[in-house]
Amino acid sequence: MRRRYLVDRSVRYLLFFSALISLFIVFMIALFTLREAWPAFREIGLLNMLTSSEWRPGRDQFGLLAMIAGSVWAAVGSMILGVPLALAGAIFLAEVAPVWMRGIVRSSVELLAGIPSVVYGLFGMVVLLPAIRRIPVAGNTGFGILAASIVLAVMILPTITNIAEDAIRAVPREYKEGSLALGATHWQTILGVTLPAARSGIVAAVILGVGRAVGETMAMIMVIGNSIVLPRPLNSNPLTLFLSQARTLTGNIAVEISYATGLHEDALFATGVVLFVLIMIINSSANLLIRERRR
Amino acid sequence: MRYAFVSTLLLASMLLAACGSPATPAPGPGSDQPTATTASEPVASEITVAGSTSVQPLAEVLAEAYMGAHPEIRITVQGGGSSVGVKSAAEGTVDIGTASREVKDEELAEFPDLQAFIIARDGIAIVVHPDVPLEALTKDQVKGIYEGSITMWSEVGGPDAAIVVVGREEGSGTRGAFGSLIMDDEEFAMVGTAILQPSNGAVRTTVSTTPNSIGFISFGYLDGSVKAVAIDGAEATVENALSGEYPVVRPFNMLTIGEPSGAVKDWLDFILSEDGQAIVADEGYLAVQ
Amino acid sequence: MSEQIGVVLSTDYAPGGRSNLTLRHLTERAAFALLWLAGGAAVVALLAVVGYVVVQGIGAIDLDFLFSAPRGGLAGEGGISTTIITTVYLVALTISVAAPLGIGAGVFLVEYASEMQGHSGLIRRIVTVARFGVETLAGVPSIIFGLFGYALFVSALHFGFSLLSAGLAGACLILPVIIRTTEEALLAVPRSYREGSLALGTTQWQTVSSVVLPAALPGIMTGIVLSVGRIISETAVFYVTLGGSSRAPTSLLDSGRTMALHVFYLATETNAFQKAMATGTILIVSIVLINAIIHLLTRRFAMR
Repeated sequence: MRRRYLVDRSVRYLLFFSALISLFIVFMIALFTLREAWPAFREIGLLNMLTSSEWRPGRDQFGLLAMIAGSVWAAVGSMILGVPLALAGAIFLAEVAPVWMRGIVRSSVELLAGIPSVVYGLFGMVVLLPAIRRIPVAGNTGFGILAASIVLAVMILPTITNIAEDAIRAVPREYKEGSLALGATHWQTILGVTLPAARSGIVAAVILGVGRAVGETMAMIMVIGNSIVLPRPLNSNPLTLFLSQARTLTGNIAVEISYATGLHEDALFATGVVLFVLIMIINSSANLLIRERRR
Repeated sequence: MRYAFVSTLLLASMLLAACGSPATPAPGPGSDQPTATTASEPVASEITVAGSTSVQPLAEVLAEAYMGAHPEIRITVQGGGSSVGVKSAAEGTVDIGTASREVKDEELAEFPDLQAFIIARDGIAIVVHPDVPLEALTKDQVKGIYEGSITMWSEVGGPDAAIVVVGREEGSGTRGAFGSLIMDDEEFAMVGTAILQPSNGAVRTTVSTTPNSIGFISFGYLDGSVKAVAIDGAEATVENALSGEYPVVRPFNMLTIGEPSGAVKDWLDFILSEDGQAIVADEGYLAVQ
Repeated sequence: MSEQIGVVLSTDYAPGGRSNLTLRHLTERAAFALLWLAGGAAVVALLAVVGYVVVQGIGAIDLDFLFSAPRGGLAGEGGISTTIITTVYLVALTISVAAPLGIGAGVFLVEYASEMQGHSGLIRRIVTVARFGVETLAGVPSIIFGLFGYALFVSALHFGFSLLSAGLAGACLILPVIIRTTEEALLAVPRSYREGSLALGTTQWQTVSSVVLPAALPGIMTGIVLSVGRIISETAVFYVTLGGSSRAPTSLLDSGRTMALHVFYLATETNAFQKAMATGTILIVSIVLINAIIHLLTRRFAMR
């Protein structure tokens, strides 16, 4: 009897300890990243890092603006391409698809979610780059934001579709039935009732997708060019911005980390901090949006 | 309260352990200083090598050759770049660091015990996509292309197409050597739209698959997938590099902290011997003897 | 049903103006057609990517490919045997570190934390903060785990580029997944199980270990299998912690190369695109298998 209670007690401590491990790890990640990044922030200055587009480690210049722009534009591109498709897919799965089709589409989406990012990068290198190169714009090398956006769009599609579908399914039946009873068509109901009701879930899905896009590394290194340049349109057509080469914050870290020593290495950790803060800003602003709307 | 107390104690002790611990010498590669092994013991069984991606393939071949004769020795070769090679060797993280450039003065000042052994010399070839109808460029033309002042192939005798510039990261020894030998500035500013790749192999792959592209790679990476152009009249061959006609040549350095001993010394002796240098020449590099 | 209602509300009954029912129906048809396209697009995207990779790569897969090591760093000769071994080692290492911690954390958060609400405010706050820790960890991009692994395991603790560094970094990566799925699995176990066991006079731990955990096992296994899939696919974390050696690791401190990393090296350093596709095919097959296992497990889970 006593032994059982002793075991019970000690197990409690053990489990409490395990629960704190995650917190501990977050703390450690923050600690080490900041510790390594601190010399960079102190010597180069946070403001300088965020506003300068000169990244010249040999000259101790560490401006991240070009990389921030690269990450942002790649994410924007992926949203333009991926969000409509993913939402349409979610609506399709939740409202329109017959059972047999649902199985096929859902399995496809699941499989897409599991494919390693390097395989997408490989596909991008071998198929997308030559295809994009065909676009007759001077300065178009195939490498660039468009390739990155396409790859990212396919990668975030499953994330957004899954969560958005759950959100749409969660809308109470009474809402839909009420609308239909008033004479609205199925589509009108979806547009006017179901989607607005599922709004917060859909926004959450998109935010998660964007977070995933900003955090992607390996596929980006393979297709975006890693050029240290502020993305800008290649000619008078502003859309050619997407044909510009770029470098993402994630790519910056991965491509240079094994080469970097001293202040350069610290600057890469600082890049990690900036990346993390960017993602937190994206997440929190989305949460704020949801809360605002609820009022 | 008891839970909180005990758990926080555990957490705190873990924290202290993680923050404060010096490196525990692990029974594996990398942390043993070469000078620790004495000549009377059987040679240490592992040699770790890290550094330049240009030196890497040559080091791997030399490692294979040596391990064939000495099966009890295990040599692992990694990349990481010349700067990392210098740093890892200096800090003792690896047994041998490699660099595809001269050791910088600042590095020698910081690590006075660093020993450098030139095991080979290597030419840097300027390569273009196989479909580019050019066989030769001048040094100034290459400089202009990489500075961004020359942007179209038509300006250097080629077709009317934009030049796609491919280069390396700033920590790369190959880039540094290219800088000092072609750009007259080791820390030169590459044109912003250049596509940057993290290794010789990646540059070669990019140039071979991207039309109208130009890049620079180590001689040892030359193969049929890219076309090497002559520089100032000299073709990119080992003979021209040996004779000095081809201007873009840099040393391959193997670096250790303090005098090498044991298996490390044995391997270095092998590399600098006739057999080792024969392998160097076979692989397309310049022997040093 | 909407059609019938439409009929009821047709022009015969609508006071005054004509019904726009036809217009609305047409809009609906058009919209649904687009939705079908979207659904089909997902399938097409899958077929395009997977199909291309598999078709290009399958020719290079033979016994020699699977059982010989990568040679000749430049031309991408050889096979992928050592990468398969490294991947297996890495999965085993990360799971053995993360599973006990993750399952323990999940068990605590579900079974013990709620009753701890009765204890001091400090405990409650720690529990909330622990939850917050899990949520934050789940949102961290993988390259940051790599950076962290590089700073802590590779540099500070001097493990160097090794299985150990990569395994520990990978464990951090999958910890939130295991905690979350464990929590979900435990929450799905009916209260009656616990109450019945406690009524028989067992301690809480006996209840958890003999009754709740076995009931939640399929769900927990799902989380583990999901993590295995994640580790197999993951590249960024291991790119900066594992090193790139093409030899099979013989100790925890050896470097190595996972299959996913090998695809990356093949694609960027060599022209051996077919071999890269072939490795990618093996990866895709593994993921398909893992998805199938998860489906089986979820079905067993649901049946309970």
